[in-house]
Amino acid sequence: MKITTDIIKDHGLTDDEYRHACKLLGREPNLTELGIISVMWSEHCSYKSSRIYLRELPTRGPSVLQGPGENAGVVDIGDGLAVCFKMESHNHPSFIEPYQGAATGVGGIMRDIFTMGARPIANLNSIRFGAPNHPKTKRLLSGVVSGIGGYGNTMGVPTVGGEVVFDECYNDNILVNAFTIGLMKADRIFKGQASGIGNAVIYIGSKTGRDGIHGATMASGEFDESSEEQRPTVQVGDPFMEKLLLEACMELMQSDAVVGIQDMGAAGLTCSSFEMADRAEMGMELHLERVPQRAEHMTAYEMMLSESQERMLLVVKQGRENEVLQICDKWDIEAAIIGKVTGDRRMKVYHDGKLVVDMPVAPISGEAPIYERPYAEPTWKKSLNDFDFASIPLPNDYNSTLQTLLTSPNLASKAWVWQQYDHMVQTNTVVPPGSDAAVIRIKGTSKGLALTSDCNSRYCYLDPRMGAALAVAEAARNLSCVGALPLAITDCLNFGNPEKPDIMWQFREAILGMSEACRRFETPIISGNVSLYNETGGKAIYPTPTVGMVGLLDEVERHATAFWKSKGDTILLLGKNNDELGGSEYLKQIHGKVCGLPPELDYDRELAVQKACRIGIRRGIVRSAHDVSDGGLAVALVECSIGREEGVLGAVVTLEDDLRPDALFFGESASRILISVAPQHAETFMMIAKEVGAPVAMIGEVGGGRLKINGLIDVDVVELREAWKTALPRMMET
Amino acid sequence: MKFGIVVFPGSNCDHDCHHVITKVLGHEAKFLWHKEQDLHGVDGVILPGGFSYGDYLRSGAMAACSPIMDSIKAFAHDGGMVFGICNGFQILLEAKLLPGVLMRNQSLKFICKDVCLRVENTETPFTNTMQTGDVLTLPIAHMDGNYTLDRRSATKLLEEGRVLFRYCDSSGQVDDESNPNGSVESIAGVMNEQGNVAGMMPHPERCSESMLGNRDGLKIFESIVKAWTK
Repeated sequence: MKITTDIIKDHGLTDDEYRHACKLLGREPNLTELGIISVMWSEHCSYKSSRIYLRELPTRGPSVLQGPGENAGVVDIGDGLAVCFKMESHNHPSFIEPYQGAATGVGGIMRDIFTMGARPIANLNSIRFGAPNHPKTKRLLSGVVSGIGGYGNTMGVPTVGGEVVFDECYNDNILVNAFTIGLMKADRIFKGQASGIGNAVIYIGSKTGRDGIHGATMASGEFDESSEEQRPTVQVGDPFMEKLLLEACMELMQSDAVVGIQDMGAAGLTCSSFEMADRAEMGMELHLERVPQRAEHMTAYEMMLSESQERMLLVVKQGRENEVLQICDKWDIEAAIIGKVTGDRRMKVYHDGKLVVDMPVAPISGEAPIYERPYAEPTWKKSLNDFDFASIPLPNDYNSTLQTLLTSPNLASKAWVWQQYDHMVQTNTVVPPGSDAAVIRIKGTSKGLALTSDCNSRYCYLDPRMGAALAVAEAARNLSCVGALPLAITDCLNFGNPEKPDIMWQFREAILGMSEACRRFETPIISGNVSLYNETGGKAIYPTPTVGMVGLLDEVERHATAFWKSKGDTILLLGKNNDELGGSEYLKQIHGKVCGLPPELDYDRELAVQKACRIGIRRGIVRSAHDVSDGGLAVALVECSIGREEGVLGAVVTLEDDLRPDALFFGESASRILISVAPQHAETFMMIAKEVGAPVAMIGEVGGGRLKINGLIDVDVVELREAWKTALPRMMET
Repeated sequence: MKFGIVVFPGSNCDHDCHHVITKVLGHEAKFLWHKEQDLHGVDGVILPGGFSYGDYLRSGAMAACSPIMDSIKAFAHDGGMVFGICNGFQILLEAKLLPGVLMRNQSLKFICKDVCLRVENTETPFTNTMQTGDVLTLPIAHMDGNYTLDRRSATKLLEEGRVLFRYCDSSGQVDDESNPNGSVESIAGVMNEQGNVAGMMPHPERCSESMLGNRDGLKIFESIVKAWTK
């Protein structure tokens, strides 16, 4: 078959990229080779637009055992144990087919974790949809949530938290960012390396079918109205198969027969074979007729590019192949020796005895084009930022403003979502969804892990550098609110079309903001994913650099939750209330405006506030701790009152700051935590805060059936709880 | 006491049950592989929760045909104690060791949350540490938990004391609002005629330690041990 310019274009390669490929090969590629180049050099696999900026991110730290570059990152947590985690997007497939798109996203990220030798112990999901009243939103939300549950529940991995956000900017481009963390022995990390000439290449898991061909290329282009016609490129998940694959892999990894292992995810057999060979500076010889196949008469092109799910590629010591085959047989999964490791650093693929691919490994895998795309600050930014807040009228009735905010889908209870996820299996969930961060215990130790995912994309839209830094700060604050010390981060960077200078500028700014924040919080980025081209019809989503952060509790018994515990407890506020309304949920929901600048971030104050909170929890005097974020202080106070399963507890609060009341109640100044302590411990906690330099004030007392603030807010918390709890189910049922 | 915990392909609460029995209850537990028929001399069998065979065909249907189930049926026939949790309950129904079927939840959604259960009969090997009318808090986590049986047979089960638990509110009142999945008569767990085989949808192994919320689930395991000790 002659490679024409149309074929090259259909494969998403530019003329320059094609010429470069020909130069590397010393000839024109055949169709299979062209397919391989197109997926290996797709944005999704090669990070060609983002790579030069990703280098800015801090990735090292004393406890980092594996940073970016492998299937997932690994951090030491002591006791000979380590955790492995990563977050990944599955945005485009989930928009086209929400159930399978989300399900396979969850399946893919779990494989990334257990391929490293770690057993998945928890999932988070950060999902973003269009406006609640957009015609597609309910169907997409419903499908995505069932898909996440359908896969995670079957796998027996609890989904313990995440985010659910609604905003018009996601109307035609939803975000599904899936996070998994696994637990492993610190000295038993498995890598995707094809080392040892003569070692066997073994394929295990589901059979290969024609599904998902060119998924990686799809994920590397903008959307338009015909995108739904791409449904056949969305893969179909089989969580049962993956559960068997997980158990088989865990058993295989008990022995030392496995030299290297990699998930066949995006770009399937191509990406896994090239990357494994490249990392070990080796070559590979593959025989495609030995690949277990689901469909008849599959071509080499189809087999190399198929993204059928639940498959792994193993490199196994020569002579130990039978051990692997036997374990796979025990778990009733397919396994086939499809090739061997060679020393010539070339990928040679045979199909029915005929050589169909003969390419150098390193240039195709590692020398994808790298772009330094032009960037420029968007012209519209300044006019959005320069906003005169004096023009915003004060509410007439603060009670109804508070009720409106609390029942808006972004702030309403998300129980409708997380009750569809098994969040308890594995019996480690100490703090379930609904608090600032989830806490899971580590059996056999006194330790626990805290998990959170955060990003306020409205902040990032108004100021991507500050927005990204605030996402890191909020994640660290959420972990501190349950008593955990932040350890490390994984990120999922969702942006628009990088070929546009303003998008590239947003990306660059966000990376710079995130880098600085990670340095200040001493939380290296150990893994992550970049998702570009999140645009439909030329309109980009808000920049959304989602942060997944993991923290450690030395004594898991010493943790806090967000809710008031006892009548009469003293309420304290760590941090400072500022006159900041920019980018707030209040401006958006009540006044229909997205403008101004996001809150300022004073790192020293933020660090001190978090530290005071953690010390108080560790000393056992903090009864509840809750981050003040979306919706501001009044919303946070209500959440402390109504989030409890055991029934509500009101509070009486007096705030003495001289600010305009809407900014005081609903402004979203960073670095604030609401604490409650027994009255006899109030002074002690004030001392702790002062010692670490955190601003602190006693602002009220827990008790009663109403929340009263400054004589301006006086609401029945029982009624408010009912409205807050039923808002999302009501939205989904109407 | 030596418990056998069956591992089917897709079981995912097997290790959770093992943890409670060995680390919390302090008894012995052994995993039994679905392809085998040897029960290794265990004193009682637990069929754990999960998604055996991915819930494909019908939940529990394929696992009920496993080689190990032949041995478990014989064990039950000889009076051995068999206890199924969630998917394990579904398997016991498919194997005809217990009456009824489990249909899809009325909401058509997977539901994971704490529910209240009223103890209906305390004279059983599974509830003998409880008081009649006790209200326990246990979590459910299932898609197919809608216990279905014709109403006359359901009433008969209640009369014969073969209903162990019913969904209720926190005061012990049984009503539609506290029925999470549409089960007939709010039935959450039942027992066979001989009183040695039982199954339930809620997960006692998930609430047997105070760190995880409460220890109500442990009472069921303690009951089984108490019955065996006698």
